[in-house]
Amino acid sequence: MSNKEITAQPYWPNLLAGIGLGLVLLMAYYIAGRGLGGSGAVTRVGAGLLNLVAPEHTGGLEYFSRYIREGKVSLNDWLVFQTIGVFFGGFVAAMTAGRFGKTIEHGPQITAKQRLGWALLGGIIMGIGARIARGCTSGQALSGGATMALGSWVFMLMLFAGGFLAAIFFKRLWL
Amino acid sequence: MNEIVAPLAKTGYLGPEINLVFAMLIGVGFGFFLERGGFGSSRKLTAQWFGKDWSVFRVMFSAIVVALFGIVFLDLLGLMPFERLYLNHTYLVPQILGGLMMGAGFVIGGYCPGTSFVGFASGKLDALVYIIGLLLGSVFFGEAYDLFAPIMEMGDMGNITLPEFFGLPALVVGLMVLALAAGGFWAAAKVENLVKDK
Repeated sequence: MSNKEITAQPYWPNLLAGIGLGLVLLMAYYIAGRGLGGSGAVTRVGAGLLNLVAPEHTGGLEYFSRYIREGKVSLNDWLVFQTIGVFFGGFVAAMTAGRFGKTIEHGPQITAKQRLGWALLGGIIMGIGARIARGCTSGQALSGGATMALGSWVFMLMLFAGGFLAAIFFKRLWL
Repeated sequence: MNEIVAPLAKTGYLGPEINLVFAMLIGVGFGFFLERGGFGSSRKLTAQWFGKDWSVFRVMFSAIVVALFGIVFLDLLGLMPFERLYLNHTYLVPQILGGLMMGAGFVIGGYCPGTSFVGFASGKLDALVYIIGLLLGSVFFGEAYDLFAPIMEMGDMGNITLPEFFGLPALVVGLMVLALAAGGFWAAAKVENLVKDK
């Protein structure tokens, strides 16, 4: 993997990748009547793990109790299967493009260790935000965008506003 | 007339097990195109937020336009009635707050949830840590739901679409989205050049 810089293929043009994604999204609607999701499976797995550790406590939580049927959190779920597919598709794409490699990506001004700390914090913020908004970039922006849901378009606008705004304060992480 | 009416899993063409198999295949396509677009890399993704690389915007909007017109035309042809598709409910307040939070989380964490799976699948350890963060955040939300519950239904406007809101045909709104995307692509190229020269 040390020579991945030499062998890695260039990324696809934006339009090509976008059209591919759009067709996949359309297929999700055509087949399942629903769009794509990013964060939903993580919440289900989170509820499942919590239910394993503390079943009574989890069953008593208003938000997680909806995931529990007969004491168990089922992983036979559309988004869980879709997410397993995402890992697999991403892996195949990275491998066949010569891009697979164990790395920690970070900006020039921070160390790899610091990057992991920020990644954890960003993940936590995103995990909470996705539950507040009832979906993430996939479920709200992409899927809600394509079905022209009013609230999803508002979400998308706010996502971009939040990103550009936060970039002012967190330049050091990436530049 | 005996056309195949979609969505297939809701009109009896596909059983629940096969639907899960297709879920996985659809996920494979999703992950594959995200990776090929460069979205397994947090540095590529976050360059968006500094105006240097507008790939996130361009890929997202071209995907939305393709799916949107597919959905509109299939509905007009009667092959996939729009009412049968899952539609995100509009709750303005949580969608505004969640959107802002996630924009910030994107910059700080380097990924959005879907792209973090692709990042991890291509070997990025920062993506794995980010996913652990996602898990912790989701569990925290469930644990502290009482804290969030008061705002979760604020700004409830029901299952409303842009065409309904503006009182325009879906095709017209679709063309407006297309124009917005085209204008955005043009402006993005300008900004990229500007930032490059700096």
